[in-house]
Amino acid sequence: MKHLLTAAAFSLIALPAMAEEKPELTVYTYDSFISEWGPGPAVEKAFEAICDCDLKLVAAGDGASLLGRVRLEGKRSEADVVLGLDANLVAQARETGLFVPHGQDLPESSVPGGWEDDTFAAYDWGYFAFVYDETRLENPPTSFDDLLNAPDDVTIVIQDPRTSTPGLGLLLWVKHVYGDEADEVWAKLAPRIVTVTKGWWEAYSAFLEGEAMMALSYTTSPAYHVIAEEDGTKRAAAFSDGHYMQIEVAGKLAATDQPELADQFLAFMAGEEFQTIIPTTNWMYPAYGTGADLPEAFSDLVTPETSLIFKPEDTPAIREEALAGWLEALSK
Amino acid sequence: MTTLRHPLPFRVRLGGGLALAIILMLTLGALVVVAMRAGEAGALTVPDWRALRFTIVQAFLSALLSVLLAIPLARALARRRFWGRDTLTSLLGAPFLLPVIVAILGVIAVWGRSGWIADGMGALGLGKLNVYGMPGVLIAHVFFNLPLAARLILQGFSDLSPERWRVAAQLGIEGRALFWVNEWPAIRASAPGAFALVFLVCATSFAVALALGGGPRATTLELAIYEAASYDFDLGRAALLAGLQFAVCAGAALLALAVQAPVTASPGALTLVERWDGRGRWARWRDAGIIGAVCLFLGAPVLAVALRGVAGLDDLGPQVWAAAGRSIAVSALAVALTLSLATGLAALIAALHSRGSASAARLADVAGMLPIAASPFVIGIAFIIVLLPVADPFALALPLTAIVNAAMALPFALRILTPAIKLAHDEHGKLADTIGLSGWTRIRVLYAPRLRRPMGFAAGLSGALAMGDLGVIALFSTPDAPTLPLLMHLLATSRQVDAAYGAALVLVALSFGVFWLFDWLGRRR
Repeated sequence: MKHLLTAAAFSLIALPAMAEEKPELTVYTYDSFISEWGPGPAVEKAFEAICDCDLKLVAAGDGASLLGRVRLEGKRSEADVVLGLDANLVAQARETGLFVPHGQDLPESSVPGGWEDDTFAAYDWGYFAFVYDETRLENPPTSFDDLLNAPDDVTIVIQDPRTSTPGLGLLLWVKHVYGDEADEVWAKLAPRIVTVTKGWWEAYSAFLEGEAMMALSYTTSPAYHVIAEEDGTKRAAAFSDGHYMQIEVAGKLAATDQPELADQFLAFMAGEEFQTIIPTTNWMYPAYGTGADLPEAFSDLVTPETSLIFKPEDTPAIREEALAGWLEALSK
Repeated sequence: MTTLRHPLPFRVRLGGGLALAIILMLTLGALVVVAMRAGEAGALTVPDWRALRFTIVQAFLSALLSVLLAIPLARALARRRFWGRDTLTSLLGAPFLLPVIVAILGVIAVWGRSGWIADGMGALGLGKLNVYGMPGVLIAHVFFNLPLAARLILQGFSDLSPERWRVAAQLGIEGRALFWVNEWPAIRASAPGAFALVFLVCATSFAVALALGGGPRATTLELAIYEAASYDFDLGRAALLAGLQFAVCAGAALLALAVQAPVTASPGALTLVERWDGRGRWARWRDAGIIGAVCLFLGAPVLAVALRGVAGLDDLGPQVWAAAGRSIAVSALAVALTLSLATGLAALIAALHSRGSASAARLADVAGMLPIAASPFVIGIAFIIVLLPVADPFALALPLTAIVNAAMALPFALRILTPAIKLAHDEHGKLADTIGLSGWTRIRVLYAPRLRRPMGFAAGLSGALAMGDLGVIALFSTPDAPTLPLLMHLLATSRQVDAAYGAALVLVALSFGVFWLFDWLGRRR
């Protein structure tokens, strides 16, 4: 113990001094991206092999908090690239004036409905869905109406739309399906919501630990359980309303001191190596290519007939209105 | 009585003035910085007003439950003699030192849907308790504050003169009559202060509401400040909410002053007064019941964390030790700052007092209490705003966390040090004057020996609180170089739950370790 502590104290002092002379590219991303099981470690290794640089992935909270962090730091931010915003936040992010067009000639993306933006480049996408355990819930709801009328013990955990991109996705999903009645739907849903968490994993782990029957996640989440845990009991509930889409993007900051490296990283992100890492680490669909080489488990997933998404330029106004209603309904 | 108004020593004026300036800057100054940066005045929303209502309701209920449960507990502890009683009384100080995030894990493990209570209720065919929301917030707050309230009320019982019990026994006063004659005055003297203290501590609750609140339905003002600043980047609203929080706390503090004399926390075991009541079998069973129930309530969450933590110790990597190193550094810096600020201010208060400037002393005392109403997040954001043009505040996360923690621990340290300095001054000051003891020698001979114990206690308290802090560090959020509580939170929220419990054990050991170390240094002969 004593030696460990001495070693720990020493490493604190010694580490900065040992930093390499190589140029450093700082990428802000969400917590689960850099975790041991996330894409972070593989991405870092692959990029550092070609860039002759030091790729520093910094976790700055869950998706939606990333934007807050960048806004708080403004032009002085250490970050060169922000990876992990989604289509719903793109307009807000653009408004800050902190991002610049990437100027890259990226391949055409395979995201359903397409993705074209001169500033924010897509790297993966997926459908939001409620995930359940078929051993605990035999009759999962098949639509939002069905969920509203389900027995009381069909409980859910969701994420806060102000901090988490899945939380924001659900907010917009409900708004897309119900329009002006969305606020009343939230009021009706409120008693089922066991808890609202800051980030995706907190909600998902609460579901796994049995705190709720379903968690808001992705149609691709069950693939994780099949591939990583050989567990086929987790399923995504297919909703006949259609499923709201998430398109995850990255952008280059205007204040970067490594503009070329940042460009190189965004090009790398759209390339084959990065795109192959994504499905089995971030558990999302790759944003480029045909998807023919996806693992077997991906072919058994729910594939929604209707995919829903608001236009990025419309989301700020819709988000603001929906969020006010959400807060009003859930703070009662 | 006439008082000789000689000028305050320069040293006292300088130290006290400096401490006062720093505290005012950190509390009111920070609020002004944030409000100015906001530019346009923010507007409070309907959910903000609900947060205000929830803050007051939960703080009121937390204080009420804590005090109502503390009264029978303190009574039972006051009139029973049993093996381990003194240890138990000392342990009542422990939950206050327990890192909040550890207690939260424990509360979920015991009271959550898949926790011990739910299993038990399920086995009995009862429904499930949803811990998230008001129930979880109250359980956690009572867990922290019931022992604190019990200690304060026990102090009230101890302050009652032993003669009263003897006389009551001689007159054969028993039961209800005895309660009104002896116990009620003690409760009346101590319970309102305990209530006010618990209310104040709970009114600024953050981590408990964040983790156990379950979403917007249970948002405290402190949590709303954090959300406004870090989710919506709405500094105007954050400043308004912080002003509102100041108002709530000031109101509570004024109310507390109105109902009773200020509470002083005193370290160590409480003196025992011999009593002759409560010898009946029913009374014995009732006292045993309440002591047992409280031990279970306080012990179960700790036990739950310990059981899972031991299994998780194997999963601890070098990152845990690096994080522990950072937390130790934060804690040490916070201790140094707290002691400097508290000593400077306490010396000023005591000097003003002895000079007869009671109102000036009272004013300085109130300034020292300000941090209890201040929002750590507002202080943190003010630092970011002020530092950004000249330095990277996120690179300074650790020293900034230490500064904010030092400010937060100041009111407690001040409550411990001021009476001790006053006492030393009142008892020996005149004598020291007659032999012309002054300057450094006066400090060394007169104050140092009498302040060692309270200083050790205050240092231990502030060190433990800083060690376990998961408040302002969440704002500076540096997941690549986390403190131990932040790492624990990151582990718990990134699929490494076992490692999180293991880290929790290390954190508990460090928190109690630092408390014990400083307390021991203070007591050592």
